Amino acid sequence: MRSKRVRNITKLTLGYLGLIIIAIGCIYPALWVIMSSFRPGTALYSNSLIPSAFTLEHYRELFEKYPYGQWFLNTVKISVFTMIFTTIIVTLTGYVFSKFRFYGRRQLMLGLLVIGMFPGFMSMIAIYILLLQLKLLDTHLALIIVYSSGASMGFLYVKSFFDTIPNSLLEAAKIDGASHWIVFSRIMLPLSKPMLVFVALTSFSGGFVDFIFANMVLSDSSKLTLAVGLFKMVKIKFATEFTVFAAGCVLVAIPITALFIFLQRYLIVGLTAGAEKG
Amino acid sequence: MAQHRKLAMSLSVLCMGLGQMYNRQYFKGIVMLLFYLTGIYFIITVLPFGMWALTTLGEQSDHLEKVGRVYVNVRGDHSIFLLVQGIIILLASVVVVVLYTLNIRDAYVVGRLREKGVHANRIGQTLRRITTERFPQLVLSVPLLLVVFFTVMPILFMILLAFTNFSFPNFLPPAKLVDWTGFKSFQDMFNVKAWSSTFYGVTLWTLIWTVCATVTIFVSGFAVALLVQMQGIRFKAFWRTLFIIPYAIPQFISLLIMKNMFNGQFGPINQYLKYFGLSGLPWLTDPFWAKVTVIIVNMWIGFPITMLMIIGLLSTIPKDLYEASEIDGASGWQQFKAITFPSIMFAFGPLLVMSFAGNINNFNLIYLLTNGTPANANYKFAGDTDILITWLYNLTLTNGKYNFASVIGLFIFVLIASFAIWNLRRTKAFKEEDGM
Repeated sequence: MRSKRVRNITKLTLGYLGLIIIAIGCIYPALWVIMSSFRPGTALYSNSLIPSAFTLEHYRELFEKYPYGQWFLNTVKISVFTMIFTTIIVTLTGYVFSKFRFYGRRQLMLGLLVIGMFPGFMSMIAIYILLLQLKLLDTHLALIIVYSSGASMGFLYVKSFFDTIPNSLLEAAKIDGASHWIVFSRIMLPLSKPMLVFVALTSFSGGFVDFIFANMVLSDSSKLTLAVGLFKMVKIKFATEFTVFAAGCVLVAIPITALFIFLQRYLIVGLTAGAEKG
Repeated sequence: MAQHRKLAMSLSVLCMGLGQMYNRQYFKGIVMLLFYLTGIYFIITVLPFGMWALTTLGEQSDHLEKVGRVYVNVRGDHSIFLLVQGIIILLASVVVVVLYTLNIRDAYVVGRLREKGVHANRIGQTLRRITTERFPQLVLSVPLLLVVFFTVMPILFMILLAFTNFSFPNFLPPAKLVDWTGFKSFQDMFNVKAWSSTFYGVTLWTLIWTVCATVTIFVSGFAVALLVQMQGIRFKAFWRTLFIIPYAIPQFISLLIMKNMFNGQFGPINQYLKYFGLSGLPWLTDPFWAKVTVIIVNMWIGFPITMLMIIGLLSTIPKDLYEASEIDGASGWQQFKAITFPSIMFAFGPLLVMSFAGNINNFNLIYLLTNGTPANANYKFAGDTDILITWLYNLTLTNGKYNFASVIGLFIFVLIASFAIWNLRRTKAFKEEDGM
């Protein structure tokens, strides 16, 4: 009995040790950037993790030398609209594929999934020309359209989620004379809140993260998104402005990281929706 | 009386909407007629231009023309614009033709109903029918149109590019014309030594990278999930939250941070190694170590998702399985082997395959972390850590070899699509469920 207890204690100690090591590995890079953003000077190199003096200079510079506030507003605007359109499109597509049977349904699903696997920016040149002809280059509308237009190809997780909601619920409502629209908005939507949060969160963060398309579409400095702005900052004056860049990163990362951490229980629901249910 | 369907159908073949009017669906008929007129106008005015654009890709490059006494530079045809316009016109024509066919079918069906003595639907009834029986088609129409013009059109464009000579410096519009060259790009890719050796080298590393990336993420995520959920560990939610951080920080930021941390000269990682008396490693500058770094960083970024998923799945394994096995005297390892691992693999299998497909195209990681470096002198426009997708990016955006890039794009697509279709056909989400 006693040897078992000793074994349990060593097991737990090792477990905690492992957790602590992993935790350090997870936090250290973030901590390093936060510390760098407060460090005086502009160099990448430092003697210690915690700077000998703290300064808010770099944060001030960010707003004075760059249109950082404007970038932030642009990004939020694009992300919010993308989130709204994407969530509507994905949810409806997933719902229809899950709960309706119609001619060509399977072929359509397979087709959408396969098209969705095409390397995204291979389409960049064609989309660039299309946007040019629609006179949408250098506008935020163009980015919102490009981000939302592919939304229906991500239906699979949403469909899997709706598959778990029993059909009998829908049939009961239909017998009571509810239209498709009422069934969807009054019964399905309230039940699918975790999935909606998951879809909304991932599509919202998409606008903060993408720089390939945004870099192609946007050129005017006051219209840039955060990702493009920061990326350009790094490309052009990386060596000399590392600490300002670090300050920029901290300000982008904080809201997104906070959202993910607050909403983590919805993430689990969304992420496991694609798994086989035994 | 018995000939309603034939007459209605012939009228609709003749002119869209006529059959509907014959069936006394005047409102529907007028809407269709208006659509038909715009459609015909569009086809007559634009389609010949579209076909000309697609077949010739333009006939006149930039040239000098004598106007009065001086020569002026006249802009020629821009082959690539013509190609895109041609595809758009062709797709729009397909939409018109599809609607036209549907119109004929509709006239026939309604005509047959009339023969049976049923009154044709009035406009209100028609609209109601669209929102009930045709609900799926109604809902899907807008997203599908968006996909056709923003995804299918670019894909067609890219596929067609592989059969042209569109490349820098000799065939770059607007100064020069682009021509159809058939399979020449494919032949060059596999027969010209410089291209083929790059292609095989990069493909090999892409496969190694994909396997390593998928396996390391899966194993590490699984291990951390088990550790967090281990019996006796307290503050599970706290640990889980800490471990989400690498996933929650926007990727382009964490990758740029990592790039600096692994910096051989100034980066903190080498600093610490030196502090402990070890010599630093050339993390990003040596071909071998750069590959190792890429895989390590990918693991750091990717393990939280797997961990979250497996934590979610672990809670779905019935507790009584463990209790029963404990009574039978099974050890922890035996429980893992016989219960935990098989259940997780069963549920996680399809997701694993999807993440495999995702890693083949993991552009951000390679591009932001190493951008393909260290450079490889034996490769054409690629470095040692370049995977197919980043090589493709270099070819298009920095070197203007669009035709070769398209060949690679097609190759990646075929690779992933065959893999994904094979996988999806086996998963439950895709098999035909019981009809409603």
